[in-house]
Amino acid sequence: MTGAGPSGPVIGILDLQGDVREHLAALRDIGCSDVRLVKRPADLVGLDGLILPGGESTTLSMLLESTGLFEAIAERVPPGSGSSPDAGALPALPVLGTCAGLVLVAREVQDGRPDQRTFGALDAVVRRNGYGRQVQSFEADVVLSAGAGTALPTVFIRAPMVLSVGPEVEVLAEHEGVPVLVRQGLILACAFHPELTPDRRVHRMFVDMCGTNRRVLPEPTPGVAADLLGASEAL
Amino acid sequence: MTTTGTFTVKRGLADMLRGGVVMDVVNAEQAKIAEDAGAVSVMALERVPADIRRDGGVARMSDPVLIEGIIEAVTIPVMAKARIGHFAEAQVLQSLGVDFIDESEVLTPADEAYHIDKWPFAVPFVCGATNLGEALRRLSEGAAMIRSKGEAGTGNIVEAVRHLRSITGSIRAITQADPAELYGWAKELGAPIGLVQELHSTGQLPVPLFCAGGIATPADAALVMQLGAEAVFVGSGIFKSSDPKRMASAIVEATAHYQDPQHVAKVSRGLGEAMRGLEASQYGEHLADRGW
Repeated sequence: MTGAGPSGPVIGILDLQGDVREHLAALRDIGCSDVRLVKRPADLVGLDGLILPGGESTTLSMLLESTGLFEAIAERVPPGSGSSPDAGALPALPVLGTCAGLVLVAREVQDGRPDQRTFGALDAVVRRNGYGRQVQSFEADVVLSAGAGTALPTVFIRAPMVLSVGPEVEVLAEHEGVPVLVRQGLILACAFHPELTPDRRVHRMFVDMCGTNRRVLPEPTPGVAADLLGASEAL
Repeated sequence: MTTTGTFTVKRGLADMLRGGVVMDVVNAEQAKIAEDAGAVSVMALERVPADIRRDGGVARMSDPVLIEGIIEAVTIPVMAKARIGHFAEAQVLQSLGVDFIDESEVLTPADEAYHIDKWPFAVPFVCGATNLGEALRRLSEGAAMIRSKGEAGTGNIVEAVRHLRSITGSIRAITQADPAELYGWAKELGAPIGLVQELHSTGQLPVPLFCAGGIATPADAALVMQLGAEAVFVGSGIFKSSDPKRMASAIVEATAHYQDPQHVAKVSRGLGEAMRGLEASQYGEHLADRGW
């Protein structure tokens, strides 16, 4: 299943700061017709997936708090895989975190600000700016461990480095022995910026995750309670 | 195989700063305040533009000790200014590990004819522009970000508005132009035809367009963002206000929520005094005239 067509999943992009426009262009490239910009908690309603873009994670954290989006997203992105929410809880929301977005979903952040909060949904320890300052920022081709295919062109910009991952985390790509693209349940995260290169495989993978998840767990809006019950039985 | 210093990597950092506020700071303490308030980056310099304007004399690159102190103090990217054409200052700044160099008209120009050839550097550059021709010339020299110049150190937004309107207005006109007319545009702008043709087809600059020079309030930030700026630089406007911490976070909020007047109103309440500022007849030298 792909994200193409009007019946594809509804993807939100956190639009507080960062390279929102590039993610928007990437989603359009692969035929996502319903993309929404998320600036406040109400914008999360009806989403099948959320992208946390690149930007400055300290700035994003502050703006997430002041808008109330931090709590609203945290409710939908529980620690661990997020694939088995409690009964009665809102269905978990698939998240793609790129660069700063990886920092925001990680369980533990080193060299961040002491008051920096994260969603902690991804069982990983990351170090902010782990690859160094801007003059050390780089481009590289990385090999995807699953599904093979050609190497993925990537751009790392003052990127966070994944220092360790928990047993539930799947490493989808490494660069020089360090995980750079990881997945745990509904969380997909990368240290690089798939939105800055023309290769759309990471966005496609995410949109597929969102589409699959939506079929399993539809949004429980009041009007579609019956559908939700039907879906639960299907589980 | 990894490659550093490519244009994609340089432009990429500019992309990451979009929707944010870059704040001028003169010491580590101010840098911490800026970071706490949500700045996406700080500009390390010895004097804010309002003081450079007041003090006169030759304004140069800052002392490396000051820049290193600020790099140590914060986790966000650090920018620093080099004089127009002073590639040796830029080399020094790159060796210090700054994340972005501002080839800035706020400092006294070192070269009356040429800007720095920015292509050989691994560090990205931002350059000021008052019109599209200047912006495209800086791009042809390798700038990874353009900022409209405004008039630094005045706290008067009028120049920033003029420069932004000039740049975005010309872009709109070029987008609508007949392809044969693009050669005339290139001649009129004093800019490479290739960049003019690229603008014609994409409708936007190939790098982010930020705004600088005169932003002193949250509403100023909301104004320039609505006029097409993708982020803002605030120089004297924060640390020359009566309550820098609150002014800094209010401008961050207003920049992120520039399309929401209620939010801008909320963060504008009771901020104390904005920087005093200068009316146009009081400027003395127009710093924006520096650069060629």
